Amino acid sequence: MPTRKKKKPKLAVFKFASCDGCQLSLLDCEDELLLLADAVRIASFAEASSGVLRGPYDISLVEGSITTLHDVERIREVRAQSRVLVTIGACATAGGVQALRNFRDVKEFARIVYARPEYIDTLATSTPIADHVKVDYELRGCPIDKRQLLAVLSALLSDRKPSIASHSVCVQCKLRGNVCVMVAHGTPCLGPVTHAGCGALCPTYHRGCYGCFGPAETTHTGGLEWALVAAGASHEDIARTYATFNAAAPPFRRAQEEQLVQIRPKEGGRG
Amino acid sequence: MPVVLAAADLDALVQALAGRGYRVLGPVARDGAIVIDDVRRAADLPIGLEDVQGPGRYRLERREHDAFFAFTVGPHSWKQTFHVPVERLFQIRRQQDGFSVIPDAAPRQRVALLGARACEIHAIAIQDRILIHGEHPDPRYAARRSDVFVVAVNCRRAGNTCFCASMGTGPRAERGFDLALTELIEPGEHRFLVEIGSDDGAAVAAELPVRPANPEEIGAAASVSERTAAAMGRRLDTSGLKERLQKNLEHPRWDDVATRCLACGNCTMVCPTCFCTEFEDTTDLAGETAERTKRWESCFTLGFSHVHGGSVRSSIKARYRQWLTHKLAGWHDQFGTSGCVGCGRCITWCPVGIDITEEAAAVGLPKKDG
Ligand code: SF4
Ligand code: SF4
Ligand code: SF4
Ligand code: SF4
Ligand code: SF4
Repeated sequence: MPTRKKKKPKLAVFKFASCDGCQLSLLDCEDELLLLADAVRIASFAEASSGVLRGPYDISLVEGSITTLHDVERIREVRAQSRVLVTIGACATAGGVQALRNFRDVKEFARIVYARPEYIDTLATSTPIADHVKVDYELRGCPIDKRQLLAVLSALLSDRKPSIASHSVCVQCKLRGNVCVMVAHGTPCLGPVTHAGCGALCPTYHRGCYGCFGPAETTHTGGLEWALVAAGASHEDIARTYATFNAAAPPFRRAQEEQLVQIRPKEGGRG
Repeated sequence: MPVVLAAADLDALVQALAGRGYRVLGPVARDGAIVIDDVRRAADLPIGLEDVQGPGRYRLERREHDAFFAFTVGPHSWKQTFHVPVERLFQIRRQQDGFSVIPDAAPRQRVALLGARACEIHAIAIQDRILIHGEHPDPRYAARRSDVFVVAVNCRRAGNTCFCASMGTGPRAERGFDLALTELIEPGEHRFLVEIGSDDGAAVAAELPVRPANPEEIGAAASVSERTAAAMGRRLDTSGLKERLQKNLEHPRWDDVATRCLACGNCTMVCPTCFCTEFEDTTDLAGETAERTKRWESCFTLGFSHVHGGSVRSSIKARYRQWLTHKLAGWHDQFGTSGCVGCGRCITWCPVGIDITEEAAAVGLPKKDG
């Protein structure tokens, strides 16, 4: 059997609006980092080195969301230079927590926060990469799961289609033999509507899932409301739970709206 | 002839099994539920605990008794012992002039199941039928099943989601055990009636401080099972059920359940008879080693029915219908039994409390007009 092709593929990591946490997951792959450095040429990776190799790139990992006109230009260039483009993390795949601005007046925020708001050059929205260019594979999570990242890179290096399960967190939770925190403890959990990938991290430590991997393949948030309310969550709580890292992912956005319309104006309050 | 073991001597049974080289697995309280884990001594059992179950709800409560087996079945089942959730099947290593396949060694285990309920013994028999005697036997499953000692426990109470009496699978274990215990608790006297179901069972019983049972004790054990059978939390009318379900594949109830079901897959994962699996291939970064892993899969995922061009069952309605009709109807055509033993796990551990007995009854009813 021939050994793998001699020429090492070029890997690039690009950052848009994000916290760098997902890129750091790559550096966190301590044991595998040397193997990875052996398997690829790292063409551009601001978190790890300052050297930049020019494109085209075989694999581009893209972190962060699109929040400025400059981002819009840059992501098109990245796409044009990349054979396979993989978005990593909730910012790149759903707009991130900064997408909360999509539902508010950004100019108003700028006025409150900055002394000279006229220097702030930003779009009114934070949008996922896939809204702007074609994305080949998505890795969810805030931050991503490093084992999943390694699995995808290993697959791409072997010219294999990565397998990224898109079912619920519950499946992984049950594979681990966990006791369900929602059924047995009455702890609200978004696992049934959340995309797998973390290995059911939070339920394994007796906490409800926060939905950081975003909506699962056929998310049915309307159905989950029954269980969340039975576990003692108010409509406000539920709305807030959906309004985090994946707030702008359409199923979570809809779920948030479904809850907000059920919150009656408080007696004696305004309006 | 049944014998009697004092409750204070239950540990002698655990030690006799351990002494014969069995890994003793049984009920243990952990994380607010009764799960299956190693039992090293009788004191590890969930003494005095009862489970309160309902659709989408499970709570453990302490009672004013010191019963060893006053609860029913929990989130785990023996499925995880024999049809394990995740296992590697083989590795492939690249070599100078080709590659070599290294299969994982056949699993070896000598396990004693302490406290298997009647419904669970039936569930194991159903999986054996498919995975050992079926058209596509699984040698790894067969290897794990080859050296097993079963200590059945006849249920003293039925859970709120139990319906074994409807399915003809309980609450009394009739066969499929080496020893079967019925816990008898009376003021001042706490003992087990022990029935012997095999030569191995007789040999183990001979090592225990037992005495022959008297007719009152045998009668008391029988009435424990009768009382439990009369106190089932649910029931399901199984007469003509397969035909009723198969005739109603377009019943409006499927649309109704689809508004509630999350397609989360919990029901199939906790079901002691669901056997579906998925294979996953991985490679290492260097491209030197590849592995194939098998893990439980659920007909509630899109991937389950993915064929060229997409998923055949893209709607939640289609997936719920697949699950229910496979368990209660298609299973008969395929394997000659029901796929449901009435353990109630899928009802309790469904996060939104969807009840298979209610859904099956509703679908089996004639369509309403209008
Ligand atoms: S704990 Fe959460 S993720 Fe786990 S099975 Fe229950 S609902 Fe699903
Ligand atoms: S279904 Fe029957 S045998 Fe199973 S736990 Fe309930 S009462 Fe016991
Ligand atoms: S279908 Fe439900 S009640 Fe029937 S055996 Fe499976 S988990 Fe138990
Ligand atoms: S109900 Fe679904 S998961 Fe269970 S055995 Fe049938 S097809 Fe498989
Ligand atoms: S029936 Fe319940 S446990 Fe099963 S997939 Fe639907 S919501 Fe999940």
